Amino acid sequence: MKLVSLLRTSSFQLALVYMVLFATSVFILLGFIYWATAGYMTEQTDETIEAEIIGLAEQYKRQGVNGLISVLRERVSRDPNGKSLYLFTARDHIKLAGNLSKWPEKAQVQDGWVNFELNEDIGWQGNTHAARARIFVVQGGMQLLVGRDVHDLMTVKRLIERAINWGMGITLALALIGGIMMSRSTAKRIEVINQISRKIMAGNLSLRIPRRGTGDDFDQLAENLNQMLDRIVQLMDGIRHVSDNIAHDLRTPLTRLRNQLEGALVSVEREEDRDQIAVAVSEADQLLATFNALLRIARLETGGKVVKPESLNLSQLIDDAAELYEALAEDKSQRFKIDVQENVWVSGDKDLLFQVACNLIDNAIKYTPEDGGILVLLSENKDDVLFQVTDSGIGIPEYEREKVFQRFYRVAKSRSLPGNGLGLSMVAAVIAMHKGDIALSDSEPGLTVSVTLPK
Amino acid sequence: MRVLVIEDDKDVAAYLVKGLQECDHVVDHTIDGKDGLLLAASESYDIMIIDRMLPSMDGLTIIKTVRATGNQTPILILSALGDVDDRVEGLRGGGDDYLTKPFSFTELLARMDALLRRGSTQSEQVTSLSVADLEMDLLARTVKRGAQKIDLQPREFRLLEYLMRHAGQVVTRTMLLEQVWDYHFDPQTNVIDVHISRLRSKIDKGFEKPLLQTVRGAGYILSENS
Repeated sequence: MKLVSLLRTSSFQLALVYMVLFATSVFILLGFIYWATAGYMTEQTDETIEAEIIGLAEQYKRQGVNGLISVLRERVSRDPNGKSLYLFTARDHIKLAGNLSKWPEKAQVQDGWVNFELNEDIGWQGNTHAARARIFVVQGGMQLLVGRDVHDLMTVKRLIERAINWGMGITLALALIGGIMMSRSTAKRIEVINQISRKIMAGNLSLRIPRRGTGDDFDQLAENLNQMLDRIVQLMDGIRHVSDNIAHDLRTPLTRLRNQLEGALVSVEREEDRDQIAVAVSEADQLLATFNALLRIARLETGGKVVKPESLNLSQLIDDAAELYEALAEDKSQRFKIDVQENVWVSGDKDLLFQVACNLIDNAIKYTPEDGGILVLLSENKDDVLFQVTDSGIGIPEYEREKVFQRFYRVAKSRSLPGNGLGLSMVAAVIAMHKGDIALSDSEPGLTVSVTLPK
Repeated sequence: MRVLVIEDDKDVAAYLVKGLQECDHVVDHTIDGKDGLLLAASESYDIMIIDRMLPSMDGLTIIKTVRATGNQTPILILSALGDVDDRVEGLRGGGDDYLTKPFSFTELLARMDALLRRGSTQSEQVTSLSVADLEMDLLARTVKRGAQKIDLQPREFRLLEYLMRHAGQVVTRTMLLEQVWDYHFDPQTNVIDVHISRLRSKIDKGFEKPLLQTVRGAGYILSENS
């Protein structure tokens, strides 16, 4: 299946929505971990600084500035790694004691918390480190800075940030792949149903949607659709049977009626009465012909009749049909042209194929006005033969072309002309029986009927 | 004429027997296959009308048995099975003609007449046919009416030949399609009428007495008495 059409499927869109939801939850979760960890560590640092300040403040209270300086020196010497940061300055940041060489540029406050970067080499090698410190004024212009190197804290923060970024990326990628895979398998099953439905709509009512046998919701859908199709076929068969049965059951009484009329035709004396009865007889004949045609079609369609592999000369057959009907065309002053390739052989039923040729030629003559033209063509191709009847008549509008093969269907424009609407149904039934194909096309003006038969 | 009817459908049989008797035929009727075969073998008939589906013995078996004994009496098969295959099977089995039920009585009579006529003329080889002043030379394939030569297309010739061979008898459209065109089918339109009227214009036009007549509700007849 194409990616574009896959992206349009509802299952993929569902997967997409799910992916967004999932990613959001992952983001919130990792965000919380980051916030909680970083917050806790900062708090710890601040507490350590505060505790140190309390200690220093006590020393200062007891021993004054000198005492503070000596304590600072002692503390600095105790911490060679430089985790703790101290700087005690006189007015204008002149260093008095501590392990920082100069007052950090970013820490230009009198009193409060600051974050800054350290470039100095205290206990570590060269690198720039992040630091956090508390500054306050001791006395006059003297300021004290007590801080901690928060390099580790920053490292942990970065790690968590990286984890969040990667986690999000991986989550999104996995969700996308999963969504495509999930929707592809669903889409595949739906596509199977769609394909078969299209074939069924095209006329192959015997097809059914395959089931996996797992009994899942798709299987249930397939089962329901199949049952619906069975029901449709049943109903169609029912309708057909009813009409066929009517035709069958009415045929006998109708024949009796016809025979009685025929008897009356002989016994009645007056000429006018005879005329009327003769009209009634021919009406009865037409009805009988319709019933017979209906039953023949029914037998062809339902009888499962197989064409005997009997070779017959189709050229001869088409010539005979054309010759039979040519007279009819001449009576309507139509140009009747025959272009029949000689010695074209097919296997088929002679009488039924003759019926096809006659019905098509008869239609062409009937629906073409006087002075029109008709062309009967037969040609042989590599794998099949083509029998074509083209006329310059009223044609069949495109939207009616499928319907004309239905029983009793008559094109709107032709309802005033004689006919029972069974001719093309008969043709279609015979062609189907011969595994051939029939197509209608516009011959501008008029109609071309193309029949292809396998060789 | 003596006619044997083997038919188990009471309505059809009664109708047949009554109709045939009205046409001055002597009719024997039985509904049973075995009885029918016995009659066919023991009595002498001019024509037999046999249904295909019968109790105790199938119609086709009767026909095959009758033919096996060398009996050449014309047999008309009557059947509800109207498929081409059934037809072919019936004719190959020894039947001379096949009529699908329900049938019109005129059709039956016309076919019976055709069979009876064939029975009587089959033996002799005819080289020419004539009806009134219409003459057909079957060897030279020429047609003359009086002194005037008539040009016919091959199919028209066959049509006229069939009509002349059955002169004085009603010939139905279906019979013409089957015999002259050699196809068993349903011709939508009365295309046969067109061919008949063409033939008529060739053989009757300009002559005082028309020979080719239409029999309403039945078919055509070629006859000198109108």
